[in-house]
Formats: sequence, C-alpha cells, structure tokens
Amino acid sequence: MSEVKFNDETLAVVHNLIRRYPEGRHKSALLPILHLAQAEFGGWLSPATMDYVASILNIKPVEVYEVASFYSMYNLNPVGKCILEVCRTSSCWLRGADDVIRHIEKRLNIQVGETTADGMFSLKAVECLGSCGTAPMMQVGKDFHENLTLEKVDELLTQFADEDKHSRYCDANTYRKN
Amino acid sequence: MGKKLLLQHDNVPGIDTYEVYRQQGGYASVEKALKMTSDEVVEEVKKSGLRGRGGAGFPTGMKWSFLAKPEGVPRYLVCNADESEPGTFKDRYLMQRHPHLLIEGMITASYALGANTAYIYIRGEYFYIVNILEKAIEEAYTAGWLGDNIQGTGYSLNMYVHPGAGAYICGEETALLESLEGKRGNPRIKPPFPAVKGLYACPTVVNNVETIAAVVPIVNMGGDEYAKIGIGKSTGTKLISASGHIKKPGVYEIELGLPVEEFIYSEEYCGGILNDKKLKAVVPGGSSVPVLPAELSLKTPTGEPRLMSYESLSEGGFISGSMLGSGGFIVMDETTSIVRNLHTFTRFYHHESCGQCSPCREGTGWMEKITHKILDGHGTLADIDLLWDIQRKIEGNTICPLGDAAAWPVAAAIRHFREEFEEYVSNPASIVDVKHYYNIHNLVEA
Amino acid sequence: MAKVTIDGVEIEVPDGTSILQAARMIGPTVAPPAMCFYTNLPSSGGYCRTCMVEVTKGSEKDPRPMPKLVASCRTTVMDGMVVGNRTSDKAIDARKGVVEFLLLNHPLDCPICDQAGECHLQDLSYENGSAKTRTDFERRTFDKIDIGDKIQLHMNRCILCYRCVKVADQLTPERVHGVMNRGDHSEISTYITNAVDNEFSGNMIDVCPVGALTDRTFRFKSRVWFTKPVTAHRDCDKCCGKVVLWYKGDDVLRVTGRKDQWGEVAEFICNTCRFDKKRTDDWVVEGPTNLSRHSVISANHYEKLVVPNELTLNDIKPLNP
Repeated sequence: MSEVKFNDETLAVVHNLIRRYPEGRHKSALLPILHLAQAEFGGWLSPATMDYVASILNIKPVEVYEVASFYSMYNLNPVGKCILEVCRTSSCWLRGADDVIRHIEKRLNIQVGETTADGMFSLKAVECLGSCGTAPMMQVGKDFHENLTLEKVDELLTQFADEDKHSRYCDANTYRKN
Repeated sequence: MGKKLLLQHDNVPGIDTYEVYRQQGGYASVEKALKMTSDEVVEEVKKSGLRGRGGAGFPTGMKWSFLAKPEGVPRYLVCNADESEPGTFKDRYLMQRHPHLLIEGMITASYALGANTAYIYIRGEYFYIVNILEKAIEEAYTAGWLGDNIQGTGYSLNMYVHPGAGAYICGEETALLESLEGKRGNPRIKPPFPAVKGLYACPTVVNNVETIAAVVPIVNMGGDEYAKIGIGKSTGTKLISASGHIKKPGVYEIELGLPVEEFIYSEEYCGGILNDKKLKAVVPGGSSVPVLPAELSLKTPTGEPRLMSYESLSEGGFISGSMLGSGGFIVMDETTSIVRNLHTFTRFYHHESCGQCSPCREGTGWMEKITHKILDGHGTLADIDLLWDIQRKIEGNTICPLGDAAAWPVAAAIRHFREEFEEYVSNPASIVDVKHYYNIHNLVEA
Repeated sequence: MAKVTIDGVEIEVPDGTSILQAARMIGPTVAPPAMCFYTNLPSSGGYCRTCMVEVTKGSEKDPRPMPKLVASCRTTVMDGMVVGNRTSDKAIDARKGVVEFLLLNHPLDCPICDQAGECHLQDLSYENGSAKTRTDFERRTFDKIDIGDKIQLHMNRCILCYRCVKVADQLTPERVHGVMNRGDHSEISTYITNAVDNEFSGNMIDVCPVGALTDRTFRFKSRVWFTKPVTAHRDCDKCCGKVVLWYKGDDVLRVTGRKDQWGEVAEFICNTCRFDKKRTDDWVVEGPTNLSRHSVISANHYEKLVVPNELTLNDIKPLNP
C-alpha cells in the first residue's frame, strides 16, 4: 500500500473536524477521522493507519487501538471492496433476512464473515440498522437498500460487480467546509 | 385523522430544504423563544408534560431544570441520534425528511439551557443522514439561525454533527458522551449525572431527536395547549415505528392514548396483520421491553382496551404489561417462533454489551448460547430455568440499563411463552431450519 | 461527619467516604469483597459488581431505600444511611451471581497458576460462590503473551478489572496496553506486539487481582505458600523502596510492593527494586511480614525465620499493620 497520509483536501477536512471541539478536546475528532482514514486507506484500519491518526491527534497509539476495536464499523483486517451488511435482528428476521443472507451466500459462494476469492465482496450479518419498517434490508457503504427481494438482491449484486463498487461510509464531502 | 405536530408537513415536497421549511412556518419557535427568557422556555416545556421519547420517558422539563449552572462553565446540549433499539427507526425518518425540525428544536432548546455549543451524536450507520444534516445546518447558518448573534439577539450557538461508529451502547447517555469525547463507549458510573458533569465534565443535557423536535410545537402552541393533547401524563404525540408482520410498516405519528387495537388494525396505521393471519404477540416499545401475547397487547389485565400511552402499556407491571419505550412496535403473527425471535434479541445484546461490568459482559453471552442451544434442539428443561435465573441475576446489577434491556425480553418470553420453550426442548424433531446461525465475529477474523 | 450503619454496626466517617471504605473501617467481617476497586487508583471501581450492597435507608433526610443494589466502592455514605452487606439476602444472592459470571469463562487452572494462594478470585469464590458450575459451554480462550521480558499476560484468567490500565495511566505517560474489543471479547492487549516497558510496569502484577499478569522472573519457581515474606526497604532514587521479599531458603524468589490487609499496595515500587534486586544484601530487612491468619501463605510459616547475617534480631522490628 502507498504511504499512509491524507491528501490535502482530506487533511483540510480533518482539521475542520478537529476545530469542532473545544481547545484541548481534539481527541473528540477521533471517530470521524477514523472513518475518513478507513475510507481512504483501503477500507480497513491497519496499525500504520491507526498510528497515523494517533499522530494527527497527538494521542497514544493504544488509545486509537482501544477505540477502533470497540466499534463495529471499523474493520481491523482487510476486507472486500464492497461490503454487504445484511441486518438480521428481529424485524428483519421476521421479514425474511435469513433468506437474503442464504441467497447471497449461495450466489457468491461465501459464508457470512467471508470475502470472495476475487476480493470484490465481503458478507457481514449485522445487528439492527434502524430500517425495520422497510425490512429486509442491507447497507452497502452509506446506502441503505430496503424492502429487499431475492430478485432485487441479484440486480444489486450484478450492478455492484459491474461498476466495481467500493463501499464507503463517508468521504471528504460528507462534512460542510467551514 | 389523528393530530400531527411533528409530521404535519410530511407530504409537503421539499420540506427538507430551508426555503420550504421556512415557508411552512419553520423557525417560528426560535423567534418566539428568543423573545422570552430562557427560564420561561423551560417553564413551557415543564407545563407541556413532555416525556423523553428515547425510551425512558423521563419528564424533559424536569431534566432541563436539573442542569447545573456554575458561573463561567460552558453548558452543552447533545442530541441523542444514536437510534439503535431494534424495532425503532422514527428518528431516522424524522432527520431524513425533516432535518430543519430537529435543528430548530436544538436551537430553541439550547437557548433555554444557555448552551452555546450543541452536538448531534448520530449513529455511524446513518452516514447518509450526516450529509442531510450537514447541508441543513449550513442552510441554517446562512439564514442566520446559527452562529454568532442569532437574529441580532446577542445569543450565539454553534452546532455540529458527530458520527458514531457502530455501538448500540452509545444510546446510553453517558456512553454517548464518552464516545463524543473520542473514547470507547463505556457508560460512566453515576452519579455524577450529565446535568452536573457531562460532556468535558461540563453540565450537559442529552435528549433524544424526537424529544428535541417536540420542543418546537410546544413553544409554538404553549405548554398548556400541548398538555391537552394525549391522555393523562402521556401528553402530546408520539412517533411509532411499526414493523414486523403488518400490512403497512412505517413511522406513524399518533396522539398518545390511541387504542393498540386501532393502531394495529385500522387503515390509517398498520392496516392489519400481513396476509390476514392472526396476531400472536407484540413488542410495543423496542426490543428491550417485554413482549406481550395478543390478548394482553389489546387488553389490559383488567379487560380495558390497551392504549398507546406510557401508563396503559405498563399496566400490570412486568407480569402482564410492558412499556411504551422508544415506540418500536414489532408485530408477530401466529406463525412466529418466539424462541427464534428471542434468539435474535439475545444475540443482539451479546453483540452490543460493552464488556465493562461482569454481569452484562458474561451474562449476555451466556443467554445467547443457551437460547441458541434450545433453538438447536439440544436444550433441556433445566436450561429454561437457568435462562430465567441468569436474566434475574443481570437485572438491576449492572452499571447501565443495557443489562436490564437484555434481561427483560428473556424474562417476558419465558413468562408468556414457556410452553413454546418446552416444546423446543421436548420435541426437537419438530423444529426445522435451525442451522442458520453465525458467529458474529467471523468477519473480523476472516 | 456522617453516621452509617453497616450490617448493624454503626460508625462515624468523614463526609465523602464510600460505603466500602466505611465498611473497611469497621473491619473484615462487614467489608464487602472488591475485585476492581483499588484505593490508590482514584478512578477504579464500579466494574466487577462484587461489592454490591443493599441500602435499606438512604439517609436521615431521605430515608427511602435505594431501589437497586449499589456498588459500595462508588457510592458515598450519607448521614443516617443503613446498609446491608452480609446481612442482606439480596446482596448475597447477587454476589453469588457475580461470582458465577466471573468464573464462567475463567479457566480454573489454579493448580498451575502462580497466583494461587494469593488470588482474590479464589478467595471470592470460596467465600461467596457455589461449588458447582452451571455452564456446559466451551470457555473463551486467548493465547498467552509476554508483554516485555518481565511480565506475562495470561488473558484467559483476566476478569477485566481495568486496574492494570489505570495503574499505567497513573504511573507512566506512555501507556502501551489497554482494553481492546468489546463485550465478552474484551481483552487486555497491546494490540500490536509491543513490550510494556517502563520503569513502573511491574506494578501491573501487584494490582492484578488474579493470575492474568504474573512475574516472569518468579514463574513456576514456587508456590507462594512455600515462600516466606519479609518486609524490607532500600534507598531507591526512583521509588519508595519499600517492599516485601519472598524467600525460599536463603534465596529471594521475588520482590513485591507491600500489600495491606485488603491486598492493596499503598506505595508503588519501581522495576529495579522489583526485578533487579534479588539479593538479601541489596536490602535492609525490617522483619517478617504480618499476614492474615486466614491466608494460606501463613500456613507453614516462621518456624525458621531467615535472618540475614549482618543483622541482629534487635534490628528486626515487628510491623504494626
């Protein structure tokens, strides 16, 4: 992987984010900055990436590791380009989430928690994403795909593969500039 | 049609933009509040009888009045938009479609509390809404509702969105504050409460999205008028997230006091049970609250119609009642396996326990393993009793309410549907399709 | 001052005292067990839930009972408060549950654990637990790791009391270990292989209530009850130099901080004193360490006290605890 360093545009966003918190409370910006880092540096947080974030915020690397390993949206290991996160908690289960998961497993020939051999897709079964009224659903990057049917899933998978989709939660344009 | 206060402009095209929102009378509550003293605004909220819409139902005005006001120490308003309670999606709906309503409520509330900085802590999974809120906040700054010297009154307020990163526990207010400070979402040991030592050890009020939005109609119409809506101590309207086996899932604004039966069966709301099956059970307030079998969902133990209100839903205590909670209304038809549904809950709480205190850390995992074992056809009658005993030893013994939230659904499922657990145990051959079980940590280790 | 009654015993304590501290002032018969609280680590406590007690009367002013059991280590006494610990069925029942939770994934490898004999989890489970486990699931396991050449981390035994994290925060600006992951996957770790290497790292061993962090220089050398603790001191430019030397025959097998009757070290020591000064003539010996009669370590002690040559018996002063 190339050098772990934000480009100037993202770095400006990072400094903007830090300014959202009072003097001396810059550690507050850790979560949003980790999101940006994950989006920019390969979809996961390598130790080198986390050490870089620690250096930006001038905090101990272990503080970053502690935080990154706590939250479920941070990947601490390499993942596929496109992560399919299928909700499976109560309401989604009631409306057929298990079928969706099984269908994707069969179609991609992977199990939940695995990545396809070509590194394109990772399949994750996740807990409630607040889309219970439009169940079943899956999240891909920041997009919610709701009221899923098996046909719709097929269409989406074809579309993602065709456009070589990288799933990202956020980017430098997520936040307002000032 | 029931009364609409939060979603009254739900069908107005472009209501998510500043211009349309303003045309529809938006930001009037800020104009009105800025002409009042902050204490007067707090007084209106007190009179309204508004109760926290996040789940606990604590009176908002009282929470505000606990806020410590030491000289020279900043105060903060933090909006809890970490909506993660399974079955609940009303805050997402509100923020996505009515971002300015939240921002308006935040400004009015911040003014009432004397806060000059306000944060919206939103769950990371809702990143697309971060975009929406950022845009709306930008518009509000441009229109002079945020920033220095708002509308020439001398009052200043800055507002920021802060994304979480995937942790249900951050819906607990002190865990949320830890997370906002860039730490692990471990709930703090209370006291001190956030009203005294919250964000950055400064006095802080943490309110749910819907609670803050409700401040807008309260200030506009006056607390007394608001209090006339609803029933008894359940004043006003409430957003209900309806999901599961119903014909029309979605977010509905109801006047508190609406009969549960009407909510489930009328065309205006859920439209009845999917495929016209029979109702089996309802989880009326999000995954944490006790499940109620059909008859207790529709009628109180005394045979009165059960109403959508804080009081009526909890009538009968946990023996035969439940809670309004966050308003996450999950409906299950007659084909539903309560044991399997419970397993999704125990798995959820196991996944979401922060791991700080021993009963929750160890107990939630244990409960998941046992429900899975029962589901898998390997359970024994002793396992059912063990499950009961574990939940009993977690409840009330943890640092934060997650322990209770994990224990209650287990207790209620066994209390009302014990025979189903016994069926799984005594006749495992009758259970089909049980192999579908995943290790939640697979992906991390892959 | 506040007057508080714990298990029927009344005591007057300074305002701001915790229930646990007040109970300790009364004595061991009413003091709740504590696995995570540590007097010398100000932000510790509240996590393990073993010290939970029932408050049957909140205070003179507001006599209502508290609705839930409270963690006595993090609850301040109020004037007129009435507390039930060993006299409260609720507290005893809840504590039994906590013991079961703490042992749920504990390997119970006491026969090969260096901590055995001075392990707080052993004491806790003997005194408050039940004899039989109700779980039949596989226990959670982690690999053993050496964090530096002096300390071994045996995560399977850890009860996540957070003391080792807090002691590092207190004694060094460069903490490199912490709590990773969450829920029952939480672990103490450096995340990337990293040695915990600072002048005071050895105190992690002393504050660990179980055998999760052990002294590699003492590893498998002896059961603690076959060693004899002797209180000693030396002039140290880094720490107080006040220690306990653990002898077997004429050899000092290990050096630890001095623990009080609650198993807590009042003054932390440096790694030089702990790991590098293992000869009797490095130290000024004060006398045999006072041990609780209940401690297994005291079982076969002091028939033949080792007296270093250069001291006369007059130099050995009894310790007043």
